[in-house]
Amino acid sequence: MRSRRILITGLSTYWGGRLAQTLEADDEVDAIIGIDRRPPKVELERTEFVQVADHHTLIRRIVQGAEIDTVVDTRLVIDSITTTPRKAHENNVIGTMNILAACGGVDTTVRKVVFRSSAAWYGSEQDDPAFFTEDMTRRHPARTPIERDIVEAESSVRDFAARHPETTVTVLRFAHGLGPDVRTGFSELLALPVVPMILGFDPRLQFVHEDDIAGALAHAVAHDLPGIYNVAADGVLALSEVIGLLRKPAAPILPPWGTGLVLPVIRRLGVRIPPEMRNELRFGRGLDNRRLKASGYRLRYTTRETIERLREHQRLAPLLRDAAGPYRYEREVEDFLRWSPSVRRDPDAEWRPTREQIAQLRRTLDALEQDPQRIEPGEPS
Amino acid sequence: MAQPTPDHGPSALAPADRRDLLPAIEPERQLDDWGFSERVDRVFDRTLYEFYYRVWFRCEVEGIEHVPSAGGALLVSNHAGALPPDAAMITKAVREEHPHPRPVRPLVENFFKGYPGFSMLLPKIGCVPAHPANAHRLLHDEGQLALVFPEGRKGSEKLYKDRYRLRRFGRGGFVETAMRARVPIVPVAVVGAEEAQPIFAHVGVFQKLTRLIYFPITPTFPHLGPLALFAFLPAKFRIRFLPPVRTDAMGDEPWDDSGLVQEVAHEIRARIQEELFDMLAQRESVWLG
Repeated sequence: MRSRRILITGLSTYWGGRLAQTLEADDEVDAIIGIDRRPPKVELERTEFVQVADHHTLIRRIVQGAEIDTVVDTRLVIDSITTTPRKAHENNVIGTMNILAACGGVDTTVRKVVFRSSAAWYGSEQDDPAFFTEDMTRRHPARTPIERDIVEAESSVRDFAARHPETTVTVLRFAHGLGPDVRTGFSELLALPVVPMILGFDPRLQFVHEDDIAGALAHAVAHDLPGIYNVAADGVLALSEVIGLLRKPAAPILPPWGTGLVLPVIRRLGVRIPPEMRNELRFGRGLDNRRLKASGYRLRYTTRETIERLREHQRLAPLLRDAAGPYRYEREVEDFLRWSPSVRRDPDAEWRPTREQIAQLRRTLDALEQDPQRIEPGEPS
Repeated sequence: MAQPTPDHGPSALAPADRRDLLPAIEPERQLDDWGFSERVDRVFDRTLYEFYYRVWFRCEVEGIEHVPSAGGALLVSNHAGALPPDAAMITKAVREEHPHPRPVRPLVENFFKGYPGFSMLLPKIGCVPAHPANAHRLLHDEGQLALVFPEGRKGSEKLYKDRYRLRRFGRGGFVETAMRARVPIVPVAVVGAEEAQPIFAHVGVFQKLTRLIYFPITPTFPHLGPLALFAFLPAKFRIRFLPPVRTDAMGDEPWDDSGLVQEVAHEIRARIQEELFDMLAQRESVWLG
């Protein structure tokens, strides 16, 4: 199925914003509608933004009103540095339930749901395999609130998929994203001048570049990929190797025993290590990304290259800090630019119908072909 | 949407054609995806292993031709010694004596991944945590040599009085792994490791205190402290590689037949035990061989 009318939840998250930018370049896509509680943080050309909390009746009205065929859910909070556990739970578990409720129903137009999840679903334990594949289960119960949320949200997605066999449901489990714009526990840790490690441990870690995050989401929109897919760059690096690539000194200062007791202390010193990273700094996590690669997606960066890009960015960051002001969403301006007839979108070209108008025309012609007698009122002539 | 199987083992969704989708090797990197460091391994190989192999244990190797030159194979050996030197000596034997020297990846207990220090060092010298999925990837997808001690810690913690009496061979998991990966099993018998670091007793209290897997009393431990890890008695080592057991001609999905799995495991155990007694009967001195 070709996705033409797409709803993106979590437009203001990094993932949602980048996906909308990617999809805007695709001429086959007729409409992109983004929803979130807060205004978007990236500049968007034709994506329409609706500010809405995740209440299912409101979202359902949007889905039905805009005849959405594909819902991309990028709203999951997978890192507890950005919000409180309570808010994260509300968003992750209740929010997912509401979005799925809005996608379901007998008369629904939704044919595809893409759910952004996290490799944190697998956890990080001593007896883990070195490379997780998608059909493995976790042996241990979730340890932290964020992990519990992710497991719970994914299980409700699985239930939805079982109840709606005609809908293509894709779950993408992302490794930690790294790049100039994405902020996670690991990006904060690796931004420190000296990177702390747990004494006696050198965990294997895997990341994914932010361009590949947007690319994989767009790939899932463009192709039918039912099931679960790990999204991680090629190559699993030891933490010492990562720190070496960043040309930083490593500080094995966290004690191997009683690590949990020391974390509040170093937090006072300004180093914040969220609870879900504690086990990862010990055992790490590797993913098998071969299923995604077999589906036709070509990852642009390996983990090593991702780290190299991050290093370039870290060098430039102090120089670029004040160069460009942050983007601010102004509803009036955006609405004017999108809808005012005075705005000249492409001054050199003569008049061309918009995609919206072509789609409507196509539908009218189809209706005429089936029933030549009937001409619906209100259709453009 | 695919339902995840309760099985935590090798993936049914990674068929043979996914082999070519394995990540390419990046020459710029110092470690591989398992955390193996050629540099660290070379240092160990040229110093400690070299010394123990040539001077201290004076290893003698038979039947090296039974180790295949290409493709995966699972080496299965008996296990002994508080800090078993047999893994390093078998690895070194393949590297020194084989016409096509290949790295051997010993599969080690998960415990080491959780213990500070070991967790950092062991992957760098080629050890891989023993997990069915890890073994499958090594043997089937990457076509490497893996070394497994089915006795596990029951082998290395056994007391000196029980020397050369093989413990139970796990639950036959190693046979199942080899069958799934469709690689041969090469049984290996090692004589000498039992005398190199004999264990006279275990101290439960200290084991709990240090959170080690066991706290043994050996000729050097604990009074020499951590140094005792590398203090072995100079026993003469003999390593005998036995003819491989093929697993690819046992039917379509032989791993589903748990009776067959147990039978093969039992057979391999019996062959190693028999070979050990044979080697011991010929041995004239523990130290001179």
